[in-house]
Amino acid sequence: MNDNNVGLLEETFKKFYFDNFNLIHVPENSNQREFGFQKFNSTMNRHISLKSDKELHLLLMEKIPSDVYCSNACYSFPNLPMNEKEWKNAELIFDIDAKDLDVKNRDKHSCVKCTECKEIIPLQQSCPKCGSNKLSKITLTCDDCIIAAKDQVKRLNEILIHDFGIETNNIQVFFSGNEGFHIYVNNSDYQEVGAKERAEIVDYMMLRGIIPETFGFNKYNSGKVSLPDFEQSGWHGRLSKTLYGSKSKRPQISKKIISSGYTTFQKQLESAKDQIGVRVDPNVTVDIHRIFRLPGSLNSKSGLTKILVNDIDKFNPYFDACLLDSDTTEVVANCPIQFSLKNKKFGPYNQETISVPKFAAVYMICKGVANHT
Amino acid sequence: MINLGTDEIVKYPFLTEAGKYLSDKGFSLEQFGSDPDLKRIVSMAFDRIKIATDGKIYKSNLSANDSSLPMEVFSFLIAVILLKLTGIHTLIRRFSLAEARRSERFLEKDLSNHNDREKEQIALQIMRDLFSITIKKQDDDFIIPISNYLKHSINFHEREWKLINRKINNGNVFLTSHETVRLVRKEIDQFISSKIHSANTPEMIEGFQEYVDKLKTLAKKFEVKIVESSEYPPCIKHAIEVLEKGENLPHSGRFMLATYLLAKGQQVEEIAPLFKNAPDYNEKVTLYQLNHLSGKISTTKYACPSCEKLKSQNLCFAIPECDNIINPIQFGRKRV
Repeated sequence: MNDNNVGLLEETFKKFYFDNFNLIHVPENSNQREFGFQKFNSTMNRHISLKSDKELHLLLMEKIPSDVYCSNACYSFPNLPMNEKEWKNAELIFDIDAKDLDVKNRDKHSCVKCTECKEIIPLQQSCPKCGSNKLSKITLTCDDCIIAAKDQVKRLNEILIHDFGIETNNIQVFFSGNEGFHIYVNNSDYQEVGAKERAEIVDYMMLRGIIPETFGFNKYNSGKVSLPDFEQSGWHGRLSKTLYGSKSKRPQISKKIISSGYTTFQKQLESAKDQIGVRVDPNVTVDIHRIFRLPGSLNSKSGLTKILVNDIDKFNPYFDACLLDSDTTEVVANCPIQFSLKNKKFGPYNQETISVPKFAAVYMICKGVANHT
Repeated sequence: MINLGTDEIVKYPFLTEAGKYLSDKGFSLEQFGSDPDLKRIVSMAFDRIKIATDGKIYKSNLSANDSSLPMEVFSFLIAVILLKLTGIHTLIRRFSLAEARRSERFLEKDLSNHNDREKEQIALQIMRDLFSITIKKQDDDFIIPISNYLKHSINFHEREWKLINRKINNGNVFLTSHETVRLVRKEIDQFISSKIHSANTPEMIEGFQEYVDKLKTLAKKFEVKIVESSEYPPCIKHAIEVLEKGENLPHSGRFMLATYLLAKGQQVEEIAPLFKNAPDYNEKVTLYQLNHLSGKISTTKYACPSCEKLKSQNLCFAIPECDNIINPIQFGRKRV
């Protein structure tokens, strides 16, 4: 990122934090957490200990980070190297990201940037200008992606509450600041469990690894089959809907499933996984030493804020998490796709100098489709 | 500690303090080698070990009269002494597993014993005090918290134990009594095994030598040689093919390939060229990362991920030869 851009972003981020200290806090047990931050054009600084909001606010003012992170884990010695930290526990966190959801219209909101010559072009395999095939994908605001991600969040919440017995007030949903959600499970027995156990929980959420034997099917001989039913709890109940459609069709479809045998049912379960399994990012939940973007902080991929979502249905990330000011800012934009922030449409722009509100200018610079003049 | 009656001690003899139990009953070890009546117990103890090494389960006659019950306990305790005197780990391992499976049967029966509340309570107490499993019973279901279930089931490789294949509701897993007890087999095994390992090894006792010798002969059949083929498992072959084609292998795939080859004894310099075709290849970075994984420049030598983990990362391409292995580095190993 060029110096002009860094200058504008640092100035904007600093002002945002200065004006919004009330929005960004250290979490509970902060003296046991590992913090980390990154500056623009720089590498990650980890293994930092911050004991209070005051220390955090000082860091924000002094370092002007592009991104701030904090561990979900608590350690005895958070600022020592990883193998000396002594892991104690960690909140269970799930990450749902629109990029993993195969949303149909996503490509309409995407373009690519050549990493060699920096040309920005509609989606394609190689750069028409220099021929390079090293292209990075850029995706701008997309309502369909957010709707799809919200749908996954709701499914996950349902499983957490009904299957895992988590109380609603112990589930916190955060918008990640880009195009996904982080779901935190607080004050639960699962805080104590390690990476392997979390992998099992993830497989459960994703409906991964379910076998026909669970329903009495046997590979080599016919056992007593007991297919899912609507009244059953957990995945069995949810699978019923996918397998039969409605209660009235169950007897007829059950017969067909049983007569088709093991392998066919295995395939049906596999396809059910793709349809109704929750698409969380498995690596995030399983990594118990990870640092997560700190709630209330800005995401340097977009300039949007990671914030708590109180009502997932009503939440509009491109309005509610767009908290930078509207001062007029001049940029040179090369943005082939239209995007929308704070209910205003911007673009497309073809290498033109434009004056836009600062939140839109920052968004485009963060996405790599504009430069500060 | 759990307060046990005689027939509970017969079922779970590993819960006793061996030395104390013998002296409370007024016996010394030496008597077992010399007293004609007690000598029989040493022979019983040997049989108990032999049955265990054959992979079978020693049967106790709990309906026998009261006087024969202590014999059952003695035979366990003397078996431990024989194992200590023999000092062969394979025998201890097989014995503790067989004894764990033996007590599993009793635990299972007692847990689902609706007619004898006392037996049921002791079984529940053993599960709680020794293995930290708090069980609630509801009709024929045994209900335990999911976090608790995961702690115990996590090392099972059979897919039926995966959480997704379990009935769960409101934070709990529903099991049968058989499954509940099976869940702690490994822990009972470890408990017995650690008891044996921490027991004192006495001086050789007269009358014990012949059994110790027999056990040493018995152990010989468990000596195995392992041959290993040099063929790569399918996951590794696939990763190499992807790289050879110049396609992108995800970070997890590179990690697998590197840790596998390091575990097989290859040097960093031999492995690095494999990554040359990767779209983002950078020699310096590759060497740094390989050195890091190998433990040369870090405090940890990273192990090759398990098959289970690779499955979840979509890196597993199992073939029939992969049956019964849990890590790619075991591929091609055969016992002869």
